[in-house]
Amino acid sequence: MDALVATLNAAPLWLVILIKSALLLLVVVTTFAYAMLFERKILGWMQLRPGPNRVGPWGLLQPAADAAKLILKEDLTPKTADPLIYRLAPFISLITAFAVYAVIPFGENNGSLWAIGDVNAGILLLMAISSIGVYGISLGGWASGSKYPLLGSVRATAQMISYELSMSMSFVGVLILAGTTSLAGIVHAQASMWFFIPQCFGFLIYVITAVAETNRTPFDLVEAETELVGGFHTEYSGLRFGSFFIAEYVNMLTVACIATLLFLGGWNAPFGLTMIPGILWFVMKVGAFLFFYMWLRATLPRFRYDRLMAFGWKILLPAATLNLIITALIVALRG
Amino acid sequence: MRKHLGNVGALLRGFSITFSYMFKKRPTIEYPSVKKKHAPRFHGLHELRRYADTKERCIGCELCSSACPANAITVIGAENSPDDRHSPGERFAARYEIDELRCIFCGLCEEACPTDAIVLTPRFEMADFRRGSFVYSKDRLLVPPEAGVGLAPDERPNGIPSDLGMVAQVKSTMESDTGYDATNRGIILKTQRRGLAG
Repeated sequence: MDALVATLNAAPLWLVILIKSALLLLVVVTTFAYAMLFERKILGWMQLRPGPNRVGPWGLLQPAADAAKLILKEDLTPKTADPLIYRLAPFISLITAFAVYAVIPFGENNGSLWAIGDVNAGILLLMAISSIGVYGISLGGWASGSKYPLLGSVRATAQMISYELSMSMSFVGVLILAGTTSLAGIVHAQASMWFFIPQCFGFLIYVITAVAETNRTPFDLVEAETELVGGFHTEYSGLRFGSFFIAEYVNMLTVACIATLLFLGGWNAPFGLTMIPGILWFVMKVGAFLFFYMWLRATLPRFRYDRLMAFGWKILLPAATLNLIITALIVALRG
Repeated sequence: MRKHLGNVGALLRGFSITFSYMFKKRPTIEYPSVKKKHAPRFHGLHELRRYADTKERCIGCELCSSACPANAITVIGAENSPDDRHSPGERFAARYEIDELRCIFCGLCEEACPTDAIVLTPRFEMADFRRGSFVYSKDRLLVPPEAGVGLAPDERPNGIPSDLGMVAQVKSTMESDTGYDATNRGIILKTQRRGLAG
């Protein structure tokens, strides 16, 4: 083990980063596959169904079957589509979804961080990268050259802009408390108290906007099946559709990771339960957040579009601003 | 304000309902591997039975065909010749066809039959790929001679059709989980897989 660490320390930086990235990619893709199965199971149980159980024991091979199906499907491009952008769009979504993981730390061991890069403005970079993801959706919908995808992508753009503001506001409250923009620094600042307690309103706003940002029920107007066929991905098939699908779930995972890092104490153990390693705490917190997502999907119906906009601008944004001002005031007055 | 608090309460109630449903008993029956237990007098696929001396019960009288409200049964009778007797009576069914797509499984043929030749078994899995395959003729309806004899429909204990020769023996000892695929017709259909009836 020591020899391995020594060799790794001696290895050039680019090699270490390459290995770390490959490992992380593997972990994220596997997590995506099983998050999807988990979601279908949870949804099934909540609707009194057994969920997928035909492929392998308890349906555990279902993701493999789905992947094989998507790969074998025909890759269609509509006649009216803009071929270059149409083909590029899914990969914009996919790449930005994965790129975020370059700055997300998962744990800490003897002072060394479990992350590809420890960026001191981690949270800003993270927001910047994840904001680019909407280009995949809006360009994909626009380049499809058909009306439902266009409507879906217009909605996506409007929704993302409206909710991103409140989301950033909810981040700033945490940044004021932590006094740093480094994700590891924010986790360290939560050693005594997790930020979802002092920032309970901020956390609530974050949870709501996070659901909206990842286009999930009850904010899934972007792909509202009942009105827009499939929304922005109506015309996509095969692996390109799969890319959007993977991006959506990876974004979900990202959002859960951010919630864990910013509000749920990251890899800090609660109640002094330090015998369980920090990485497990991290995984458990992310898992709990993902479960909440699925629970939400099984419970709430979709918003009406005008109400979605009204809620975002008239309730969430003022509430987030108020939360930010009050947090800043309290921190300033306490010196 | 009060209205909004009520909304939050409704929201929480919704969440608690979906959460509690996760642990409820699921009503799904995983059909091909697990089969639902059906009523004892269930009306399924027909069967033409024999006497103990392996002679056919059917005498080709066509009463079933005239009783049939769906006109699903076609019987063409013929005279028995002394050296080739199919049934103990004068006549037998030279052709006996039931269109199972027309059949409404009412059991009137069973009631009309004077010799208790035609009975409805509990078998219900008749899916096939061609329309023609649903016209069952004697080769698929008639029980094989070794299947034995059962009670007449009127003499069934508790009205349960556990009297269909070999079907009866299999069925009386059967677990509800394994279903009725082990019945006489089931075995025949499985082993022969006949196409169009001739």
